Amino acid sequence: MKKHKLVMVGNGMAGCRTLEELIKLAPDLYEITVFGAEPHPNYNRILLSPVLAGEMTLSDIVLNDLDWYRDNDITLHTGKQVTKIDRKARKVITADGTEAEYDRLLLATGSSPFILPVPGKDLPGVIAYRDIADTESMIEAAKHHSHAVVIGAGLLGLEAANGLKLRGMDVTVVHLADWIMERQLDKTAADLLQTSLEAKGLKFLLGKQTAELVAGESGRVAAIRFKDGVGIPADLVVMAVGIRPNTALAESAGIRCERGIVVDDTLQTYDPKIYAVGECVAHRGVAYGLVAPLFEQAKVCANHLAQMGIGRYAGSVTSTKLKVTGIDVFSAGNFMGGEGTEEIVLSDPSGGLYKKLVIQGDHLAGAVLYGDTADGAWYFQLLKNKQSIAEIRDHLMFGQNHVGDVGHAGQVKAAAMADSAEVCGCNGVCKGDIVKAIKTHGLFTVEDVRKHTKASSSCGSCTGLVEQLLASTVGGAYQPSDSKNKPVCGCTDHTHGEVRAAIRDQHLLNIPDTLRALGWKTPNGCATCRPALNYYLISSWPKEAEDDPQSRFINERAHANIQRDGTFSVVPRMWGGLTTPNELRVIADVAEKYQVPTVKMTGGARIDLLGIRKSDLPNVWEDLGKAGLVSGHAYGKSIRTVKTCVGAEHCRFGTQLSLSMGVKLEKMLFGMWAPHKVKLAVSGCPRNCAEAGIKDVGVIGVDSGYELYVAGNGGIKTEVAMFMCKVNNDSEVLEYSGSFLQLYREEAYYLERTCHYVARVGLDYVKQNIVADAARRGELYERLLYSLQDYEDPWANAVAQPAARREYEVLEVNA
Amino acid sequence: MNDWKKLCALDDIPRLGSRVVKSPKGDIAVFRTAEDDIFALHDKCPHKGGQLSQGIVAGKVVTCPMHSWKIQLESGEAMAPDVGCAHSFAVKLEGETIWISL
Repeated sequence: MKKHKLVMVGNGMAGCRTLEELIKLAPDLYEITVFGAEPHPNYNRILLSPVLAGEMTLSDIVLNDLDWYRDNDITLHTGKQVTKIDRKARKVITADGTEAEYDRLLLATGSSPFILPVPGKDLPGVIAYRDIADTESMIEAAKHHSHAVVIGAGLLGLEAANGLKLRGMDVTVVHLADWIMERQLDKTAADLLQTSLEAKGLKFLLGKQTAELVAGESGRVAAIRFKDGVGIPADLVVMAVGIRPNTALAESAGIRCERGIVVDDTLQTYDPKIYAVGECVAHRGVAYGLVAPLFEQAKVCANHLAQMGIGRYAGSVTSTKLKVTGIDVFSAGNFMGGEGTEEIVLSDPSGGLYKKLVIQGDHLAGAVLYGDTADGAWYFQLLKNKQSIAEIRDHLMFGQNHVGDVGHAGQVKAAAMADSAEVCGCNGVCKGDIVKAIKTHGLFTVEDVRKHTKASSSCGSCTGLVEQLLASTVGGAYQPSDSKNKPVCGCTDHTHGEVRAAIRDQHLLNIPDTLRALGWKTPNGCATCRPALNYYLISSWPKEAEDDPQSRFINERAHANIQRDGTFSVVPRMWGGLTTPNELRVIADVAEKYQVPTVKMTGGARIDLLGIRKSDLPNVWEDLGKAGLVSGHAYGKSIRTVKTCVGAEHCRFGTQLSLSMGVKLEKMLFGMWAPHKVKLAVSGCPRNCAEAGIKDVGVIGVDSGYELYVAGNGGIKTEVAMFMCKVNNDSEVLEYSGSFLQLYREEAYYLERTCHYVARVGLDYVKQNIVADAARRGELYERLLYSLQDYEDPWANAVAQPAARREYEVLEVNA
Repeated sequence: MNDWKKLCALDDIPRLGSRVVKSPKGDIAVFRTAEDDIFALHDKCPHKGGQLSQGIVAGKVVTCPMHSWKIQLESGEAMAPDVGCAHSFAVKLEGETIWISL
């Protein structure tokens, strides 16, 4: 097939990100040509400030080096300005006459700094702050001159001022408004910021309007004069008063422009062959100047260029972080408040701390943080996701740790941690490793950090901390992941919810059909999505959908638990934790016969036989089976165990027969697959010796019946189970617990524990379905029983069926 | 040049699955893709020695069950950003029979 021609004008962050996304989706669709006016490959413009401050070098901030263009067969013209688009002939022409034809044109021309139209604006020594050349001339100026004036106390202006100060210049920041960063901060936060910048040696002149830049004897700028007649010396003037989208090229070609190049939600301009992304664009009347929205645009634009046609860009909520070392400022959303809003404020001026949260109805509408921005990413996520804060309103100000949403590691504030401090306890990754990876590889998302460092890729409890590190390292460029709309994995753009719904609505019964129906990007998924799909299929269509062993993790495929040395462990099932002398004898015999090196009690109070060779597994099960023992699902996303106390059977305090209740529950749930592991416990009295308070379903006997608790968790982050309802007898325990678990099985996303599921949908929702609505409860219970009935013992199968036994047999080849 | 040894029938390995082969060169994992391409790698992940044969196969990649490194079946190379390589062995499919060369 002949490739289409794609030409991109502009070689900046938004454009190159679009190409990266496009190449991921459709590597062979286009022959790509890129024109960049600067003589450099794509670099990280956001990190110019650290370069100016001397904290990084230019080579550190290159995002796509020349090899990248070569490896992807992209023709790159650097230092060439496109001056004309011939829409009829579908080609672009540069100043030096180079031409390139296109089938699709992508405009990513970015923006230019706004230059105040004052006398003297063209003098030597008057510059903007936009690119590598500006940065270099500032570094150069700092070597020979002493008085710098920065006009504009916005984000960029302050970062420039800070960098020039660090390079030894005497810096004055001039600003028209009454307080600095007035578009990002309220006056209180701005005053605090100004005080601490003044402590670093910066001077401020507020409410000053520039009248004129005055030349000295050498012809270079020497002073700045204001409308009120006052003047100060200046041999370097940096204008940082805002940006203007670069629309001249588009306008000259007759493409509709307003503030920027007008695009629709697919980033298409008024000419359907021409797309535009980045700072040059006006989307729904807004031109963005921060990188996170531009990356969102890039993703959508790439999808449409790849002819997939999924996804719309609906505008962005932005957040701001100032990259001045040692000063933490964050703001997002409507931080000024106003009619219909309320404010929660924490203010400690001497302590250098100020936090303001603006609340509208049940939602967070905006936030300003000064001094401690550790929770910025979290607030931003609440804001973006429009999550209800009704239940956490009274703790909201005290941050995510206080709400208890993060794991053990979240208690340490990222910024205050030493580089050698361990962030990810599972994979042994230190703060320094993560920060280095973020800087050297130009990472912007938690997923990227995960891939490069493995931090937060195992148990995930340090995810919050990794987010904090990203936010503090890359500032405004950090893209908090949208937890509500996250795709299942890189193979698809669909979320878990969408996939579940499609499987249900389209009656999909196997993985290949599902991949086709949902337009998966990979031929057979990956190790992340296939197990999820397999679960969604078998839980949506029990007895109809095909259970695919090759889409299950090895433990579920081999029905035993793989250990680090490649051997397996077997946990014979003991219903409710009960066993007999004969069963113990059989277990002891098996342990001796197969030379099991380690025998221990599990956390669920069962006996674990560790260190069994895979090829011995069927024989072990056969021996156990002869004595009537089945194995246990001590390894799967499934029912694990029902832990019990001795209850009224034996205990002098017991009020209910917890042993027999536990046995009934475990027998009912035998063979139940779930989104994640499921653990239960039954205690015979409120002393709760079976520790039911940290189980997915905890049953506590009281004199008049049982109390049911749900969504507890004793794992990564301890969650105390919540009271769901009180029931009267054993059969109600089965029905209410069963229907709750079926609700979880039908609605939770794969790898969501009950505590996460209930946190997402709310306990009230669960109670409405299970407690208030008897009909709904009955249906759920019936569906649970239906899907569990006639469950085939997988261990007996592995022994009896030659095809199933093959999984365990080793082939041999001789020399 | 290759000294081919008969290994097993194609259907002895499930699609998108693998089998372990004991050999004088150590354990070898033999994989079968959805398109019936056959590959053989030393059954040791270059990361921490996990058994690749126990991983999930998708496309021409196996994900190690230990720490989810992704290993390319054709070359044995780990997918970026991870770096490492599992030794690969020559295999061929003739009719329904799989042959291996050590």
